[in-house]
Amino acid sequence: MALAFDEYGRPFIILKEQDQKTRLRGIEAQKANISAGKAVARILRTSLGPKGMDKILQSPDGDVTITNDGATILEQMDVDNQIAKLMVELSRSQDYEIGDGTTGVVVMAGALLEQAERLLERGIHPIRIAEGYELASRIAVEHLEHISQKFDFGTEDIEPLVQTCMTTLSSKIVNRCKRHLAEISVKAVLSVADLERKDVNLDMIKVEGKVGGKLEDTELIYGITVDKDMSHPQMPKQIEDAKIAILTCPFEPPKPKTKHKVDIDTVEKFQTLRLQEQKYFDDMVQKCKDVGATLVICQWGFDDEANHLLMHRNLPAVRWVGGVELELIAIATGGRIVPRFQELTPEKLGRAGLVRERSFGTTKDKMLYIEHCANSRAVTIFIRGGNKMMIEETKRSIHDALCVARNLIRNNSIVYGGGSTEISCSIAVEAASDKYPGVEQYAIRAFADALDSIPMALAENSGLQPIETLSAVKSQQIKENNPHYGIDCNDVGTNDMRQQDVFETLIGKQQQILLATQVVKMILKIDDVISPSHY
Amino acid sequence: MAIERILKDDANEEKGERARMASFVGAIAITDLVKTTLGPKGMDKILQSTGRGQEVTVTNDGATILKSLHIDNPAAKVLIDISKVQDDEVGDGTTSVVVLAGELLREAEKLVAAKIHPMTIISGYRMAAECACNALLQRVVDNKDNAVKFKMDLMKIAMTTLSSKILSQDKVYFAQLAVDAVMRLKGSTNLEAIQIIKKPGGSLSDSFLDEGFILDKKIGLGQPKRIENAKILVANTAMDTDKVKIYGARVRVDSMSKVAEIEEAEKEKMREKVQKIIAHGINCFVNRQLIYNFPEELFADAGILAIEHADFDGIERLALVTGGEIASTFDNPESVKLGHCKLIEEIMIGEDKLIHFSGVEIGQACTIVLRGASHHVLDEAERSLHDALCVLSQTVNDTRVVLGAGWPEMVMTKAVDELARQTPGKKSHAIEAFSRALIAIPTIIADNAGLDSADLVAQLRAEHHKKECNAGIDVITGSVGDMAELAISESFKVKQAVLLSATEAAEMILRVDEIITCAPRKREDRM
Repeated sequence: MALAFDEYGRPFIILKEQDQKTRLRGIEAQKANISAGKAVARILRTSLGPKGMDKILQSPDGDVTITNDGATILEQMDVDNQIAKLMVELSRSQDYEIGDGTTGVVVMAGALLEQAERLLERGIHPIRIAEGYELASRIAVEHLEHISQKFDFGTEDIEPLVQTCMTTLSSKIVNRCKRHLAEISVKAVLSVADLERKDVNLDMIKVEGKVGGKLEDTELIYGITVDKDMSHPQMPKQIEDAKIAILTCPFEPPKPKTKHKVDIDTVEKFQTLRLQEQKYFDDMVQKCKDVGATLVICQWGFDDEANHLLMHRNLPAVRWVGGVELELIAIATGGRIVPRFQELTPEKLGRAGLVRERSFGTTKDKMLYIEHCANSRAVTIFIRGGNKMMIEETKRSIHDALCVARNLIRNNSIVYGGGSTEISCSIAVEAASDKYPGVEQYAIRAFADALDSIPMALAENSGLQPIETLSAVKSQQIKENNPHYGIDCNDVGTNDMRQQDVFETLIGKQQQILLATQVVKMILKIDDVISPSHY
Repeated sequence: MAIERILKDDANEEKGERARMASFVGAIAITDLVKTTLGPKGMDKILQSTGRGQEVTVTNDGATILKSLHIDNPAAKVLIDISKVQDDEVGDGTTSVVVLAGELLREAEKLVAAKIHPMTIISGYRMAAECACNALLQRVVDNKDNAVKFKMDLMKIAMTTLSSKILSQDKVYFAQLAVDAVMRLKGSTNLEAIQIIKKPGGSLSDSFLDEGFILDKKIGLGQPKRIENAKILVANTAMDTDKVKIYGARVRVDSMSKVAEIEEAEKEKMREKVQKIIAHGINCFVNRQLIYNFPEELFADAGILAIEHADFDGIERLALVTGGEIASTFDNPESVKLGHCKLIEEIMIGEDKLIHFSGVEIGQACTIVLRGASHHVLDEAERSLHDALCVLSQTVNDTRVVLGAGWPEMVMTKAVDELARQTPGKKSHAIEAFSRALIAIPTIIADNAGLDSADLVAQLRAEHHKKECNAGIDVITGSVGDMAELAISESFKVKQAVLLSATEAAEMILRVDEIITCAPRKREDRM
């Protein structure tokens, strides 16, 4: 490779180790980038929609993941190409921001790239294409706003929310009991939501899974589960009206941080030390007892002496509880995390209506349930399923559903799914394109074509004739001026997505279009790729 | 520069037909591997570990076989996983679940070849599984209220489970053993309370269930070998030098005499501790940790039986059996609950001395002593017994029972066939395929027993079209027999779990259309 030559045709050395680098430039570079982006989109295309297929991903260590969540597939795919990495980033940012539609955004970007390639071949400058896309995306987003609907829900009327979550879940393997899971997700989100500020802290929802049982056994627990058991096998397994001391200090003799030595040189000293030590344990347990705690949850371990004293004084205790769980327990029970025994006061105790230990299966698997908490804001979704991969996939699906419910609480505008919005946007963009003079017109029209590719992929995955179906739906939309017609993936018999109750969130869709356009613009603007060559 | 490689160098991508083929082949290969172990006449496998010593395991427990396989095929891994979960959750049916999932996939492969979309197959399978489960539910027997009949049910289930294992020769004996043990648990599923001690020597039929508790330990020297009306203190405390736990403490002296003094003080401390323990009024002391010679001697002087180094489970079980609490401090003897038992004595099993606690108050825990010719036999016997215990303990909680030996499969097949006839559309092919996969199980059982499976299954099918039929395959006589008369039963929960997880796994594998394998992890990254 070379950047510049002198009059004899010898290259100037400009880059460090210039000989070992490969360089692609101009249309060549753009074409390579586009084909890489398209390749990624092609992988995800078949996972789109309720009839989308799953992928098996085998990690470098041989672990198997089965999923159809776009973000997860891309993350675990071990991608090497720079442009492909951009697409991975794209899906990840959709995941962070919205949590759903991670597959759609990549497919959309892929379609935009494909259209751009055709325009490039006709000699249109990439920047003009990018500008055209930008204009078109703005039109599409505005149009979305236009066709979106507000819908009302309250804490009693959760049906609309459940319907939306069901749309999300229907493309996952868990669609067998999507109704059940959707209800769980909505209830979970509502119980932690701050409806006045319209905000939801998803950290308050803990998603736990344990293999065994069936998917239908998945439950929502108004409280916390901890994968621990009582520190002493003979402590009571069930405590009602528990007052919980949440400690981050171990039940052990103190270990001052400054370096010190306790020298023993006489028998008396030895004996006083012994007494002192016993007193330590006694004091610690007594303090907990004095403030009225009926359950001790500790981040650290216990000495066996302390353990017995606790047991002896009828004070059940749990040890080695992780920091995150400890915080959740503190939030849920309204208690304070106490770092020192001296600071223990009755007000700092958390309260829970019921704490119980439950065992599962034939192995010694125990979980601690903390329920009916004083502040029931923190909830746990406890997933059961036939095997490990199933649980993992359910976790991901529930995450998506939770995000959707949260987005709806933030902004209760919805659009209809099943590709109907894409078709409607495509019509709007197409119509608007003619108003623009100049080359951008072509780019805008190409954008409209790219929008069509999502309903097309949906139809394809559902085993329908893609072109036929799409054109039929499109003409129906224009004829009846009704943006609610989409692809009938589930063979229900109607194209009207309002009747099928297939919703998606407005911000999710808007974000998809904006993010996809941005990434495509970025890729189009690259005209020189310099990379170290493989050796 | 047509299509750029987007994955890393060694990463692999398989799509569409090829991916599907890879998963089918993997799953079916695993099924064929464990297929021959199914049923009362199933064969065993030898597993040789690659580790040091190349240990050999002989087993016909599906979960154990699959656990020790090193598999690279992702679909096969899914099957291994469901078998593991089945083992954890219900304990038995680990082979059946894999075989059923494999058969479902085998049928699905044919349908895919006939150009039916996997999603259609899945929805058909789902309908069929639900229908099959309901059909089974209608025919379950629940003897929850009738204790005698329920015990008979348990006995039948235990015998059915054991009949496919190494213990089949003495199945009546072991079934009785397992039922007795589980009945003592009184509804708890904590199998930890049942201790299984394996001692080589003797024959399998020399195994026995002990009402009390046997601890695999020796009694300290010079201490009584037999105690009647024992009061037992179960403890977890240091009985060696009782370290000072305050951080940074150390002894620093300037003369030899001081050393002696400190040493004396230490001894005094231990003596005091022992005195405190003795003050509980006990005559048996069991500690989880070591007991040094000095305190042991003191205990011996006081006529107390001291047992050291009982493992943690042993301690928990002992506390459970004798009703005492596990103590670590000994300052207030009046409030520590002591354990009681009628008699402690040393017994001999084979050549080993064990301590036997009998006449205990609450009989939740118990001990099963297994005897057998070799370690392999004992290990396999333990696994078989474990399966039986698991199934029984689950049955105590979910008391529904169905008949065995291919009967449930035939009942389900009948219902699923009916459904297939009523369902319009392509799904009916999938439903039909489901019923074929179900029939495969009795077929394999018959094949493994060396019977004419085609003939038997056809007969069975005909029988089942009569009303309220109890027909199943009688492997012993090689004919169709009445399962209610032959007393072959299975737990409904096991059957249900097999059906549901197999369908779930098959569904999962069917949904896949692409396999992306990452480059195997290397020590050095090449980039």
